[in-house]
Amino acid sequence: MTEKTYIDAIHDALWEEMEQRDAMIVLGEDIQEGGVFRATDGLLARFGPARVLDTPLAESSIVGVAIGMATNGCLPVAEIQFADFAYPAFNQLISEAAKWRYRSDGGYGCPIVVRMPYGAGIRGALYHSQSIEALLAHVPGLKVVAPSSPADAKALLKAAIADPDPVVYFEHKKAYRMLKEDLDGDAPVRIGAAALRRTGDDITVISYGLMAHECLEAARELAADRAVDATVLDLRTLAPLDRGAILDAARRTGKVLIVHEDNLTGGIGAEVAALIAEHAFDALDAPIRRLASPDVPAMPFNAGMEEYCLPSREKIAQAMRELAAY
Amino acid sequence: MVRVNEPRPRAAPDKLHRAMYREMLVSRELSDRMFALNRQGRAAFAVTGQGHEAAQVGSAHALRRGTDWVLPYYRDVGVMIALGMSPRDILLGLFAKADDPNSGGRQMPCHWSWPEARVVTRSSVIAANLPHAAGIAYASKLRGSKEVTVAYFGEGATSEGDFHEALNFATIHRLPVVFFCENNGYAISESTGKQMSVRHVADRAKGYDIIGSTVDGNDVLAVYQTARWNIEECRRGRGPKLVEAKTYRLVPHTSSDDDRRYRTRAELEEWIKRDPIDRFRKHLLEEGVITEDEDTALRAQVKGDIEEAVQSAEGAADPRPEDALRHVFAEDA
Repeated sequence: MTEKTYIDAIHDALWEEMEQRDAMIVLGEDIQEGGVFRATDGLLARFGPARVLDTPLAESSIVGVAIGMATNGCLPVAEIQFADFAYPAFNQLISEAAKWRYRSDGGYGCPIVVRMPYGAGIRGALYHSQSIEALLAHVPGLKVVAPSSPADAKALLKAAIADPDPVVYFEHKKAYRMLKEDLDGDAPVRIGAAALRRTGDDITVISYGLMAHECLEAARELAADRAVDATVLDLRTLAPLDRGAILDAARRTGKVLIVHEDNLTGGIGAEVAALIAEHAFDALDAPIRRLASPDVPAMPFNAGMEEYCLPSREKIAQAMRELAAY
Repeated sequence: MVRVNEPRPRAAPDKLHRAMYREMLVSRELSDRMFALNRQGRAAFAVTGQGHEAAQVGSAHALRRGTDWVLPYYRDVGVMIALGMSPRDILLGLFAKADDPNSGGRQMPCHWSWPEARVVTRSSVIAANLPHAAGIAYASKLRGSKEVTVAYFGEGATSEGDFHEALNFATIHRLPVVFFCENNGYAISESTGKQMSVRHVADRAKGYDIIGSTVDGNDVLAVYQTARWNIEECRRGRGPKLVEAKTYRLVPHTSSDDDRRYRTRAELEEWIKRDPIDRFRKHLLEEGVITEDEDTALRAQVKGDIEEAVQSAEGAADPRPEDALRHVFAEDA
């Protein structure tokens, strides 16, 4: 068995796909020296500077150039060094990539992947901690994924590269070296498919990314204490949402807690809650509950302030107990 | 900045000149008709580039059609006519019909997309397509192909960050891409003095250490010659080029604009005297390439052809409303 971290899984997916696909290019800032998180470590020596491309410090053109490359037969995987710096590329993502196929009546596709390290808990402060997934999951024409484990990180990156449409891939910075597991073989994961991580009869917890991992750990602890027996659904793909899996999971227990690190208002949780309220209202035994970061502009640098803002395993467990007792 | 002032081709074939002239006439007549159809309430919107015909037709003839990648902007009726898109197809876009080849009735008129001719889809966002041109050219270079990419834009686009990012990326990698600016002096109402501190768009080439050329955009043969030289230099692997064709738009920005608020009639009158079509006709008559009678017959024929295309396109089928849901993602995925 081979133990791999989350960042190893991303690195290996890039490496293996570069080996398989001559048309694939990775591009971004500091990519050639391995990337600030080492996702592209060693790729330059293996695949050369034409396919492992250091770009100027200019996010709009990182995505814009990738769109052009994809139009002319390449499979670009772009890295935005921190999701916090993606905003200059939002025009390229939202006005261009997301509308490329639609506005050409299906004449042109846009098979790009844009990787974005996101998330807090690493003392990254306002501009190295943001969770921006809801902003992009709102945009039809973009697919958005956020893996919660090394296995999913690898499989979803491979699925994103194989996908004929633009995929934004959110990888949690704190998960890079925190999450490890034995990875042997590659079980494929379909974009658009959530995963039922655990089944229990008391409540349903829905999350994604690193928070899905925290929810699962909290559920295991509460089950071991015979306190709460929870179902845990990991969304994995944020756009398009796996509506069937969400409604099934909600119906399973009738009590739903949604957890994310992104701030509350207009987050993924709002959409998931609306879906359940619209289509599974009859199955609900309690108000839908959301646990998320407060609506502050971004994460403070101070450790106490950051901890105060972020959902944690303890806060999740507390919310689970309260919901179970409703 | 280097200015390209090569002599005109002495013995360029009459056939080419006649084709260019015809395409300029078609482009003008079609554009005038599109504006008129808007004024008659038959088309919701029109955006055209009357006055730009020499810049558009001359440069498009310097391309290898079907081989080179083209990213035209919304004024480029002349580019599309020269590349072979029919007036009927363009009018299907004007009327937002199902068979609009650009977008199936989704986009505003003249937002081109034509994969068969390597014309790349674009948005209304100014300069956003310039990084795409760099990316396309990067892929061409990576494969070692001899394709050149030509991206068209107005001088207003040179104020956008994407203009800089695209030229910067393209020059770092010495990509085969020509950035072709149709400088008509106005970004809607804003004259060039509000857009840039340099006198010519081509002056901006200095910042990238590439050749910038300024050409009289109302002289179709000069444009053809300049575009051809720049495109072929690109094809020979000599890196990106910036070309500026100085011209003037003889109509408002769009059917929703009133240009009398920001330009004088005297200025317009001056430019009407320099109309690129009148100028080329005079040249062709003087050179004996066409006769007055042939010209009269040609104009009548073009007018009739466009009228026929209008009738045909206006009567074509609308898209099914529910097709608004199609092509968000690949349908076979």
